[in-house]
Amino acid sequence: MEKHLTQYQTVCFNLNGKDVERTVDVRASLTDLLRNDFRQTSVKKGCEVGECGACNVLIDGEAFNSCIYLAVWAEGKKVRTLEGLLGPNGELSDIQQAFVDESAIQCGFCSPGFILTAVEILESGKAYTDEELRKLLSGHLCRCTGYENILRAVKKTMYRRLGRELPQE
Amino acid sequence: MSKSVGKSVARVDAYEKATGRAKYMDDLCDRSALVVKICHAAIAHGYVRSIDTAQAETVPGVVRVLTCFDVPNLPFPTAGHPWSTDPAHQDVADRLLLNRHVRYFGDEVAVVIAEDEVAAMQGVRALKVTYDELPFVLDVQKAMEDGAPQIHEEFPNNILKHTDLRKGDYQKAILEPGLIRVEGWYDTPTVQHCHIENHGCFAYMDAGRMVVVSSTQIPHIVRRVVGQALGLPWGKVRLIKPYIGGGFGNKQDALYEPLCAWCSTMVGGRLVKLECTREETFVSNRVRHAIRTHIISYVRPDGTLVARKFEAFSNQGAYASHGHGVVAKGMGAFPQLYPCDNLECDCWSVFTNRPAAGAMRGYGIPQAMFAGESHIDDICKAVGMVPLEFRRKNLMPVGYVDGFSKNELYTDTFNQCMDKGMAAIDYERKLREYQNQTGPVRKGIGLAVFWYNTAVWPISLESSSCRMVLNQDGSLQFQTGETEIGQGCDTAYSQMVADAVGVPLRDVHVVSSQDTDVTPFGTGAYASRQTYIGGFSIAQTAAALRERILEIAHEQTRMPVSNLDLADGQIVRKSDGRVLKSLGDLATESLYSLENSQHITAETTAQIKSNAYSFGCSFVEVEVDIPMCKVKLLHMVNVHDCGRLINPALAEAQVHGGMSMAIGYGLSEELKFDEETGRPLNNNLLDYKLSTFMDHPTLEVGFVENPEPTSPFGTKALGEPPACSGAPAIRNAILNATGVAIDCCPITPHVLYRQFKEAGLITD
Repeated sequence: MEKHLTQYQTVCFNLNGKDVERTVDVRASLTDLLRNDFRQTSVKKGCEVGECGACNVLIDGEAFNSCIYLAVWAEGKKVRTLEGLLGPNGELSDIQQAFVDESAIQCGFCSPGFILTAVEILESGKAYTDEELRKLLSGHLCRCTGYENILRAVKKTMYRRLGRELPQE
Repeated sequence: MSKSVGKSVARVDAYEKATGRAKYMDDLCDRSALVVKICHAAIAHGYVRSIDTAQAETVPGVVRVLTCFDVPNLPFPTAGHPWSTDPAHQDVADRLLLNRHVRYFGDEVAVVIAEDEVAAMQGVRALKVTYDELPFVLDVQKAMEDGAPQIHEEFPNNILKHTDLRKGDYQKAILEPGLIRVEGWYDTPTVQHCHIENHGCFAYMDAGRMVVVSSTQIPHIVRRVVGQALGLPWGKVRLIKPYIGGGFGNKQDALYEPLCAWCSTMVGGRLVKLECTREETFVSNRVRHAIRTHIISYVRPDGTLVARKFEAFSNQGAYASHGHGVVAKGMGAFPQLYPCDNLECDCWSVFTNRPAAGAMRGYGIPQAMFAGESHIDDICKAVGMVPLEFRRKNLMPVGYVDGFSKNELYTDTFNQCMDKGMAAIDYERKLREYQNQTGPVRKGIGLAVFWYNTAVWPISLESSSCRMVLNQDGSLQFQTGETEIGQGCDTAYSQMVADAVGVPLRDVHVVSSQDTDVTPFGTGAYASRQTYIGGFSIAQTAAALRERILEIAHEQTRMPVSNLDLADGQIVRKSDGRVLKSLGDLATESLYSLENSQHITAETTAQIKSNAYSFGCSFVEVEVDIPMCKVKLLHMVNVHDCGRLINPALAEAQVHGGMSMAIGYGLSEELKFDEETGRPLNNNLLDYKLSTFMDHPTLEVGFVENPEPTSPFGTKALGEPPACSGAPAIRNAILNATGVAIDCCPITPHVLYRQFKEAGLITD
């Protein structure tokens, strides 16, 4: 019984703006915690060893593969998932809308992870070249899109947020 | 007339997917599910002598341990083919749920069912499996030798099947004086689909029936296979397909649905879930056949093909799965693409102790195009012709009709596609520019074409069913057995339905999930068939629904049917164009009528006995660093003729994905095996080199729209074609840059080092 107890720990963190508390198995990943306890279906499992990026969430503004981030490490952190991007009436954020408009979504399994890394890029307020964007987004694997329309969606939103014209190819 | 077809409307599922709300298999599974974990064989070939389960059974949380000694002796086939009622045409039934005869490193020998994943994994680790090992074989031609390890008793020399094709007299034709002989061997690798959602499923008994929810492309087919594997009447099985995170052919097989369903029956029908890890997906699902191809061509100095020999050895791996169909499809393309009067073609599918090969995007055509299109450039080099000119001279001419499928090349599409590709990449200028390079870093330009046969008629059944149900507001639900797996067919279908019925797009509600209890029969996502095949049943069912609506309109308006039309959701009097009533008013009045209440629906099956060629080409520009043995892609263009585009933006996106897969196939992807043990070496996404964001140049896409005359919507295959010609175009661009004819893909630095050394371009 004692051995059983020591495997659990209480973790307090902020999820999409709301303070939450859960008792978790110390071996559990943040992916498991978010999916099982909070039903965050945007957090996908594609490899569970930090290779594909499908489980990406923002922790204190920085993108992390939540599958290799222990749930207990979230203590005191601000965690954001794709669910947190939506407006109060279900409005898509600009980057989500850009993914829709640019046909950057196909099977949809890598999309949430990509969109959250895009949020990190956009919130930096910097203007990146195509090559830099490719590098910044390269932690995510996608088998459907060839990445082309994802680049277009991120780039378009980046320029719009910077108040600049999208350069013509 | 057409209002929705041809427009780049947003995907019908875009919002759900952009918000993470779309429910995939695991999102739907109740957290009370028991978890199944598989014990995979740790030898490449042999027999399980014993499995000691005692320790595993004591692991806290373990509910049940089942081994290969417990399974019913009901061999079943797994291929996602329509069932044939003719036993001679049925798929090879060579699987059991768990296997005592281990045929590859990773074969399933036992399962542990536990209360959670950790307990199930601990249980698997606690199993003590002993084997009687046998010699194994990984190479396709070695497996055919006398005395090679025998993998399936009923297939001598491990040959699953051999087929041939003869035309004219090859032996006589090659005696013509002055012919130039060109010979080549071309190897393609074992690769995996790598959809980002791994396969998984859950199963439970409900009211005496087996319910399986699975990440599959083919729900109606998997229902049948689960029935066969468990010995259940097919009506006792219900299969549900939710949103799918990609398939590319891997999920065009019954994967672990039969095993998962059986596990449920062994724990009293409780809910059990079986999810593959990425490592399992690479090895214990399906892979693309590695095919070794040998081609000899005899050519006149003017580039006329006189006689050709083709031999393909297809590495089937441990189980038959899709069997011989894959290499046979590739061989079928050979005489059609470049017609020649004298041919000797043979192909073999051969069992080896590798993972089972099944369907993967292109179904034999990427392999056949890598070999065939590489060989065409080798011919060009030998006779001194420009690759584009050789193709113009020898490719399938307009009016060509295939004797078997009756497919016809109606238009000059190959030249149109090549013209567009040439212009986009500035082919002629670059060809001139790259002629006499000498430095260590050289550029090159190459092309390859492909041919792809839409759907599976006349090899197999082609039929599709759909149902349309009108709501009180004039909107309708549309259901079909054909499946959305990411490619966008639900959106294309909604556009086709809107136009065919005569309602605005917003009034078409596509039911994305298939549930075999309620969804009309359809065989699912494969062979790039769905837009073509589904189009027939949509056109036919829409016509039936319209007829029904106009009859009721006649009753309600007293106008003759001949003077009535349904357009844009309105009942219109044709003679003066006056709107008599909305479809919503008609439907409401009809449903709630106290005299003659009618629920307005239509449901039909269309059987399709035609087929269509889909065409296209890839142009690639590369930079080759010879001393570093590295290739950089500078530019890539694909041009496709898939008939009329239903949704241009989604079509373009589909092509991007295929080009991406071709880049990986050409340059980096290969599942490797240890020669000593048969163990897979790189079954994870770190060591298996899927092409990443940074490995891609800007992908450019063009279309030539020659409407396909056999399709009600003028459309034909686009799903698989984009993956077919990219890899040989890369290879041919490297040939153009360096003069070195690479004999295999992926063209890794290791391959370049070997061949550059042989060619004297580099020394040690």
